[in-house]
Amino acid sequence: MSVRTLFSKEIIPLIVQEIGKITCQLDTDVENSLQRMREVEKSELSRDVLDILVENASLARTEKIPLCQDTGTLVVFASMGKDLYLADLTLQEILDEAMQIAQQEYYLRASMVKDPIYQRKNTLNNCPVILHLEMIPGDRLTLCIAQKGGGAENMSRLQMFSPSADENEIINFVVETVKRAGSKACPPLIIGIGIGGNFETCALLAKRAIFDPLTKENEHPNYAELEKRILSAVNDTGIGVQGMGGEGTALAVKIRTSPCHLASLPVAVNLQCHAHRHTEITF
Amino acid sequence: MLTGTILTARDAAHKRMHEILRDGKRIPFELANTLIFYCGPSPVSTGKSCGAIGPTTSARMDFYMEELIANGLRMTMGKGNRSLKVEEMIRNSGSVYLVTVGGAAAYLSKRVVSCETFLWQDMGAEAIYKLEVLDFPAYIAIF
Repeated sequence: MSVRTLFSKEIIPLIVQEIGKITCQLDTDVENSLQRMREVEKSELSRDVLDILVENASLARTEKIPLCQDTGTLVVFASMGKDLYLADLTLQEILDEAMQIAQQEYYLRASMVKDPIYQRKNTLNNCPVILHLEMIPGDRLTLCIAQKGGGAENMSRLQMFSPSADENEIINFVVETVKRAGSKACPPLIIGIGIGGNFETCALLAKRAIFDPLTKENEHPNYAELEKRILSAVNDTGIGVQGMGGEGTALAVKIRTSPCHLASLPVAVNLQCHAHRHTEITF
Repeated sequence: MLTGTILTARDAAHKRMHEILRDGKRIPFELANTLIFYCGPSPVSTGKSCGAIGPTTSARMDFYMEELIANGLRMTMGKGNRSLKVEEMIRNSGSVYLVTVGGAAAYLSKRVVSCETFLWQDMGAEAIYKLEVLDFPAYIAIF
């Protein structure tokens, strides 16, 4: 049984490039959705806003300007093969180094502060990267890399439901979360929902769900149906693009589930704004 | 469309202004006739006048509004609604609250002619920046 070795200097430059790419390149499904919404939007105000968002995506891509001034916390979901050996640095060290290089190269904002209650001192290098690492069979390393801004993140919520809760209570919870967010989370939204797991893994499910391909339907028919019902209920709120009214409150609802304790039903709602910036790379 | 000079200030700068006023001192610039834009720009790249520019959530600065309005502030711009209490304060004081588009930072940066650090550089992205804007899109949300 042989182990495959990876050196940090082989992969850091490629990770840096990916960070640069997502800073200025909007998720293709979102960009297409914004264009479609623009064509059918009835309100002049919302059409104006959609015009700006569509032009923004194009400008960002061609002139390499960040889509949003909040270039976010870097969040990485890493799947590392058990037969892979990192020769010199830990994965956290690799990602933090890539983040610092990318920050200088792509003029990213330093948006992380330490000592969250008292000093709130900026770390100046946008580190630490938030890393979620799992071990899988094989010898590959796959990184799902995303820039997550603070606005929509702040409006996310988690609740420990009773197992007796029916799906309507969960739908209402999501709708109330979106209403409470209003325009603060920069709709149109992508809504990631975690159902099950433990208190902490439920939130992880919700975040991971956001980066699933938007057009791919949930594998489980009941949850696919639930996604559609939630999307419809959220768009019925009429909050609309940037809170300007209309039907464009959310573009997609993605659910991920996991087994949970027999006494629990945790539900987490992680909101993603329309500046949907993410990519996946495998080494 | 806004044209003219605006100052950015967000969480950290508001906290510092609050501490200055609480200690009985004066904020080192005139609040009256100033439009405060809740924004933390991203860094400037070579050859450009400013980095990516866009609004942050105004409601986080609601806590400081009463004091700032009492000290002359009349114009603010950001993203999202404000509390009912702040909405009332804005109306009663003859102030105005504008909103601009979130997540359109490349587009908005094109409407900023210049961006320079004005105060409190130690705050990094949260420092007070002076922006000269030309045809910057804004919508009147509360007046």
